Amino acid sequence: MEEKQNFQTSLDFNQNIFKPSTREEIVEIVKNCYKKSIPLEISGLQSKNKIGRNFQAEKTLDLSNYKGIIDYKPEELYIKVKAGTPINEIEEALKKNNQQLAFEPNDFGYLFSGESNSGSIGGVVACNFAGSRRFKVGSVRDHLLGFQGVNGKGETIKSGGTVVKNVTGYDLCKILSGSFGTLTVLTEISIKVLPKPETSKTLIIKNPHVKKALDYLGQSLSSSTDPSGGVFYPDYFGKNFILNDLTHDGGLTGIRIEGPMNSVDQRIDRLSKELDLIDNEFSVLDSVQTEIFWSKTKNLEVFKNSKSNLIRIVVPISETLQVIQKLKKDDLNYFIDWGGSLIWMAFDHLNSKILAEIKEITKNHQGYYTLIKIEDNFKASADIFTIDPIKYKISEKIKKSFDPKRIFNPGKMYTGI
Amino acid sequence: MSSLQMPKVDNSILSKKDKIVSDMGRIINPKNVLSHPDELRPFETDGLTAYRQMPLVVVMPETVEEVSNVLRYCNDNKVKVVPRGAGTGLSGGSLPLEDCVLMAMGKFNKILEIDFENRCVVTQPCVTNLAITHAVQDKGFYYAPDPSSQIACSIGGNVAENSGGVHSLKYGATTNNLLGIEVVLMDGTITKFGGKAMDSEGYDFLGLMTGSEGLLGVITEVTVKILKSPEIVKAALIGFPTIEDAGNCVAEIIAEGCIPAGMEIMDKALTKATNDYSKAGYPTDAEAMMIVEFDGTEHEVEAYIEKAKQIAEKNNSSSLKVSKSNEERLKFWAGRKAAFPACGVLAPDYMCMDGSIPRGKLAEVLREITRLSKKYDLPVANAFHAGDGNLHPLIMFDANDKNSLKKCEDFGADILKYCVKVGGALTGEHGVGIEKRELMCEAFNDKDIQQQLTIKVALDPNSLLNPGKVYPILRKCAEEGRVHVHGGKTKFPDIPRF
Repeated sequence: MEEKQNFQTSLDFNQNIFKPSTREEIVEIVKNCYKKSIPLEISGLQSKNKIGRNFQAEKTLDLSNYKGIIDYKPEELYIKVKAGTPINEIEEALKKNNQQLAFEPNDFGYLFSGESNSGSIGGVVACNFAGSRRFKVGSVRDHLLGFQGVNGKGETIKSGGTVVKNVTGYDLCKILSGSFGTLTVLTEISIKVLPKPETSKTLIIKNPHVKKALDYLGQSLSSSTDPSGGVFYPDYFGKNFILNDLTHDGGLTGIRIEGPMNSVDQRIDRLSKELDLIDNEFSVLDSVQTEIFWSKTKNLEVFKNSKSNLIRIVVPISETLQVIQKLKKDDLNYFIDWGGSLIWMAFDHLNSKILAEIKEITKNHQGYYTLIKIEDNFKASADIFTIDPIKYKISEKIKKSFDPKRIFNPGKMYTGI
Repeated sequence: MSSLQMPKVDNSILSKKDKIVSDMGRIINPKNVLSHPDELRPFETDGLTAYRQMPLVVVMPETVEEVSNVLRYCNDNKVKVVPRGAGTGLSGGSLPLEDCVLMAMGKFNKILEIDFENRCVVTQPCVTNLAITHAVQDKGFYYAPDPSSQIACSIGGNVAENSGGVHSLKYGATTNNLLGIEVVLMDGTITKFGGKAMDSEGYDFLGLMTGSEGLLGVITEVTVKILKSPEIVKAALIGFPTIEDAGNCVAEIIAEGCIPAGMEIMDKALTKATNDYSKAGYPTDAEAMMIVEFDGTEHEVEAYIEKAKQIAEKNNSSSLKVSKSNEERLKFWAGRKAAFPACGVLAPDYMCMDGSIPRGKLAEVLREITRLSKKYDLPVANAFHAGDGNLHPLIMFDANDKNSLKKCEDFGADILKYCVKVGGALTGEHGVGIEKRELMCEAFNDKDIQQQLTIKVALDPNSLLNPGKVYPILRKCAEEGRVHVHGGKTKFPDIPRF
């Protein structure tokens, strides 16, 4: 549908925070800001607004009132929602039909404010951070079927749709996922949903050594037991998990198996044999404890109330051990998710020198880092996201093609973008 | 060449042919520059054989630097470039232009690295899809996306088209199984997007390039994920008295939480045609026939098959057979995979459409196709990837009768428009190419298309890379050809399709 070109609203353009509740209002706000070259900060439910570089925006476009489920078709495996819709609301609706967002959106609330805030679907798509099932089901971008949004000129654009198979035109869903609101204001989002597995259990292996843990994880992910989560918590964090069937409080490797009941039991049994585990070396969490364990993992609860800086490092699994060995000095805390490919690492103190070193190490090991939480006095000068010069040049061009006057979140990812 | 409108030919380029050919011979090995009509002929068409055009010159670079130098030269001299992989595409994505350098990537045919630790394969783009699986299957791994032309299609072409396959409901299409690419932009820039890690920094250029049909860059290296082969695979062959019953069964299987590896439906016409052709043992009296396949561990597969059986019975299934062996399972599929040649027996020509629809709209869309079939007085048979809503109607006609061809094209366009109308898409897996170009305005408005064109211009300001594809030239929605097969004489008649 085309937007009405001369839509009249009661919007007061003197205010600094716009809270539109219709797409027409969003279009009008963006058009106005485009005309006057006014930078806009796009915000949702404030769960991840601290991630990204500091930037100056004269006005804020707050999408928290632009919410609601537009269309949910469980049998078609999709839900279409307005961008400001809280993740909780979506998950509640899906639960009634025994479905879920398979990419397990992280809840960054514990990290930033000490309590749950899983944010809005728009924010989740804009950041493209996925939980523990990443290696099996993909990231947020793999579940975004289609969107409608408003580009930097105030034009309503769309791509994709609600069907899984669609190769009509460029796949703009991908380029918008993880663009941190720098390209387009998302208005409507169609996202793939999947059935919840009948049950899930977790094999917990007592083991404090990262090398051994990575062996376990690598072997599990390459086995036909088809795990859907693989995590390692070193000794330091073991005590964070108080669960009935967790019989020790030291370092642990957790491997999740999901599916029909008897199949899960069979696969857990087989996996423990394939990994050559002896009886007192492992325990198995039932479905309730499994849910608690993985929810704590995706929500980074081990870093709750931590004052430390937090870095997210993604590397190929073969590089993880070396990266950790090179980075880990003394009292650094970390845990490993995604079956060995994602490292969450806390640093008490960061400075340009340490960051440059992290950048060098991750790059040399074919990965990259993102600074998730960072002390205020360093934030202004730190590279929150990394990029190489060629990709920066291409990014500039892509930014311009969506947002020619750079009004959306200018500088949030990189200077000049 | 048919009446299909392509970008205006630049006569100044045609007149410089000799110079361009000799310059190409300096940039790359002259043995890999083809300019004699006899040498150009094999490149005049791809899997969409209704359209043919000889290119100005064919170059076959051997290194990424050569690709870069050719592109830079063409960019500087405003010469159009059409990239080509194995040439099996069904939407005309690598149809040459009269004034183009056709960049054939055939020499990029080596697997570079098999990395079991990171569960990935790094390969050159013209390695075939199936060769990747062959390279890793001894260790029990495979590459999941399986377009039915996988024996011949190249992995680079799969990336360009974002190819799917029978198993994409459970395992996704190419875009979901890709970790990284090396790509050369039209200005000669060589860069890598992604790598062996699961995510990469900054904007998702990997995702943008995938399915961009050769308009944004030339792919010179591909890194794909490989998966551990499932322990067991079983299929059920189910007949239904009505299309509605089959449709309801699909919806309920999904709603029950079973995600099959593949779920296919054929209508009565196609069931009979394929059964006559391949003796697959199909229930030919059924109005609709379904093949549903599950993979995983033994207990898991048994549980899902049992559930599927119950659901099928509840939905009035008239027959049901579960595969007892892998041979039997493959026999179930044999007929389905012979859908193209089976139709070739029924009529001198047929066109294969490729629309995507919501699963629940199957009965409605098939009713509309039946109505249109009567209206246009042309028979049609339907195959449907029910799992992911990808519909492939095969319209039968006689290309020697001009009126019949025109009717077939109009019929096809009406089907695709109806797919869009019920909430689907113009193309599920074959790509837009030249085939559905003029239908793009059925799915997108001017602003949507303009946004996409702006991206194109950002990376290729002179629009030299594969111009005339994907985006409408005529702005008149509704013509052009489909996958057109005459008397079984397609470019690759033995390759199974979809």
